[in-house]
Amino acid sequence: MNIDAFAFDFQELNKEIKSSGQEELNIDNCMGQRYIGCGLSRGSLRIRGVPGNALGAYLNGADITVHGNAQDSVGDTMNEGKISIHGSCGDTPGYAMRGGKIFIRGNAGYRAGIHMKSYRDKCPVMVIGGSAGSFLGEYQAGGRIIVLGLGSDQPCPVGYFCGTGMHGGKIFLRCGQLPASLPDQVNAKLADDVDLQEIEEDIRQFCAEFDLDRETILDHPFHVLTPNTKNPYRQLYVHC
Amino acid sequence: MQIDYFYPEYEVVRNKEKCTRCGLCVSQCSNHVHSYSEEHRRMITDDAKCVNCHRCVCVCPVGALKITGSNHQFKHNANWSRRTIMEIYSQAETGGVLLSSMGNPKDMPVYWDKILINASQVTNPSIDPLREPMETKVFLGSKPASIERDENGRIRNNLPPHIALDVPILFSAMSYGSISLNAHASLVHAAVDLGTCYNSGEGGLHDDFYRYSANTIIQVASGRFGVHKEYLEAGAAIEIKMGQGAKPGIGGHLPGNKIVGEISKTRMIPEGSDAISPAPHHDIYSIEDLRQLVYSLKEATGYKKPIIVKVAAVHNIASIASGIARSGADIIALDGFRGGTGAAPTRIRDNVGIPIELALASVDERLRQEGIRGNVSLIAGGSIRNSADVVKALALGADAVYIATGALVALGCHLCRGCHSGTCNWGIATQDPALVSRLDPEEGRRRLVNLVSAWTHEIKEMMGGMGINSIEALTGNRLMLRGVGLNAKELEVLGIMHAGE
Repeated sequence: MNIDAFAFDFQELNKEIKSSGQEELNIDNCMGQRYIGCGLSRGSLRIRGVPGNALGAYLNGADITVHGNAQDSVGDTMNEGKISIHGSCGDTPGYAMRGGKIFIRGNAGYRAGIHMKSYRDKCPVMVIGGSAGSFLGEYQAGGRIIVLGLGSDQPCPVGYFCGTGMHGGKIFLRCGQLPASLPDQVNAKLADDVDLQEIEEDIRQFCAEFDLDRETILDHPFHVLTPNTKNPYRQLYVHC
Repeated sequence: MQIDYFYPEYEVVRNKEKCTRCGLCVSQCSNHVHSYSEEHRRMITDDAKCVNCHRCVCVCPVGALKITGSNHQFKHNANWSRRTIMEIYSQAETGGVLLSSMGNPKDMPVYWDKILINASQVTNPSIDPLREPMETKVFLGSKPASIERDENGRIRNNLPPHIALDVPILFSAMSYGSISLNAHASLVHAAVDLGTCYNSGEGGLHDDFYRYSANTIIQVASGRFGVHKEYLEAGAAIEIKMGQGAKPGIGGHLPGNKIVGEISKTRMIPEGSDAISPAPHHDIYSIEDLRQLVYSLKEATGYKKPIIVKVAAVHNIASIASGIARSGADIIALDGFRGGTGAAPTRIRDNVGIPIELALASVDERLRQEGIRGNVSLIAGGSIRNSADVVKALALGADAVYIATGALVALGCHLCRGCHSGTCNWGIATQDPALVSRLDPEEGRRRLVNLVSAWTHEIKEMMGGMGINSIEALTGNRLMLRGVGLNAKELEVLGIMHAGE
């Protein structure tokens, strides 16, 4: 079923999506309507145009594809499902996401993957094809963030303060040079074969999603960042 | 020698004539203060370990124990108190940030105690709540700005979602993890019996409590712990925690050693991992951003639940509340600087924020001036200690109040302020199964129901005395209040006259 979003505000559009009862929906002429697919548990949405903030917030299993750019807070507190964006996205994609996958073909803004966390069988994954802004993986508590730097002319495809407050999970950066100012809580090393095995499937899916060559991507050094303790602030306090 | 050695703050006094050496104090004290020496055939106490929680005093079957403050002291100094000196010793030794539990204990003004309530005498007769109807029901949520009619002239239901409470008192947020499962169970069941709501706090909702959704407010904080679709659906209302009175402007941090078993499961994070709630929601840097979170929650739950935004009372709280009232939020919860906490940096708790009385009065006034008071209901918290505080809060502009420290005291908390230790002898702020089992959820339920029922009756009596027969007629009715011993500025902010005027 196709929905022409042109004439709808966000409430009308989302009502239309929810009440359609269709498993597969195409949304055309998306013009920045917010909260599309909020909490959606199943089915798929294919969006042409630019969805507004909080696309797929609390997503619970549905599959969202955007043929265009997305704005801020893609997949906020996402629990399950998949979001692929053929363009770039704004700030805080994957805020506190607990499960599912976010694939961004282009670049991501500030604070991508902030407070991502894994739990039991849930391990959130975010792959950013281009570069990411500052504060990537801030407070990260679990899951995998992968930044490929495709088309980036920077020696390292992330901004400042990468991994600040990180206390779980991993960040993979496809670059030969580490970010300039890594915080104390982060350990960094060149990824070896064992590390790369972990992201093999993610890269495969990312390439399949955007029709990219997997070999070209993997034939390049990766760095892996991990927290150097699960409890970064344990020594900070004294009780009185 | 130890520079910072100090004779223990409390002394355990045992009446040897009464003591039967039954050993109950030994088994009941999780701090290992009491022991029995076989060699000397006598009870031994280690005063240094005592936190003054009174557990041993209360359980001693023969009343042989009491705890007293030690009279060991530094040379008297009004400026450099014992606590101030000891804090310096502690920080000099460890380099640590001071952390404390429960609300601000400092001698700061408590405006409730300087406000007096009116009563009718000759005209506008008083009402006897034992014999005449008295409405304590309240509806929390946004009120429509106008009446809408359909084409046939019938009134259209344009009422946004509300929560209906039988009493104007709710239990405020305390996460599972900061308090025990039995403490939560006591609160849930009491809320059901009382026709009010309790609040899950930011640690997710335990499986056992999903069925009580009509009496549950679920919280979404910056860490988003345990937040998922079913969780959002599980509450009668959703509270966005922007701030907390005990620690305005900073986040939360439940250490990894407390993230075990069911707590890990409920928060949906691995065992042993720190649960860090960042100071801000990093997707909220403006009222517009807050509006986005409010609406994403509304979208996720089909516009069926009111959204509460909880903020700490700080200097510019009236402007903040004005923004929130325009964000689409249905209810604002204001938390004063005396509000409790499982743990907060001491300097923040004791020095940041303002009293709820002043914050509430200025928020209510500002929202009225701007014509947006109907956009939101107001819940006031941050040390409501008794029914008179409730009445005063309502008259200053609250639609309802949050209580938490008071509820914990009803469950047995003796305000020893040792919540951070995890060894709460009363089974409240602990996850040790043996200690948790000391708090019987049924007994807890009974005591909480008793407390709020008693307060409600007292509220009715005070309302009746004023000739008021519904909470709605009391809310914002500041003519019912007078100040004593307050200066002109304080009276102006509170919007009340001085006694005698």
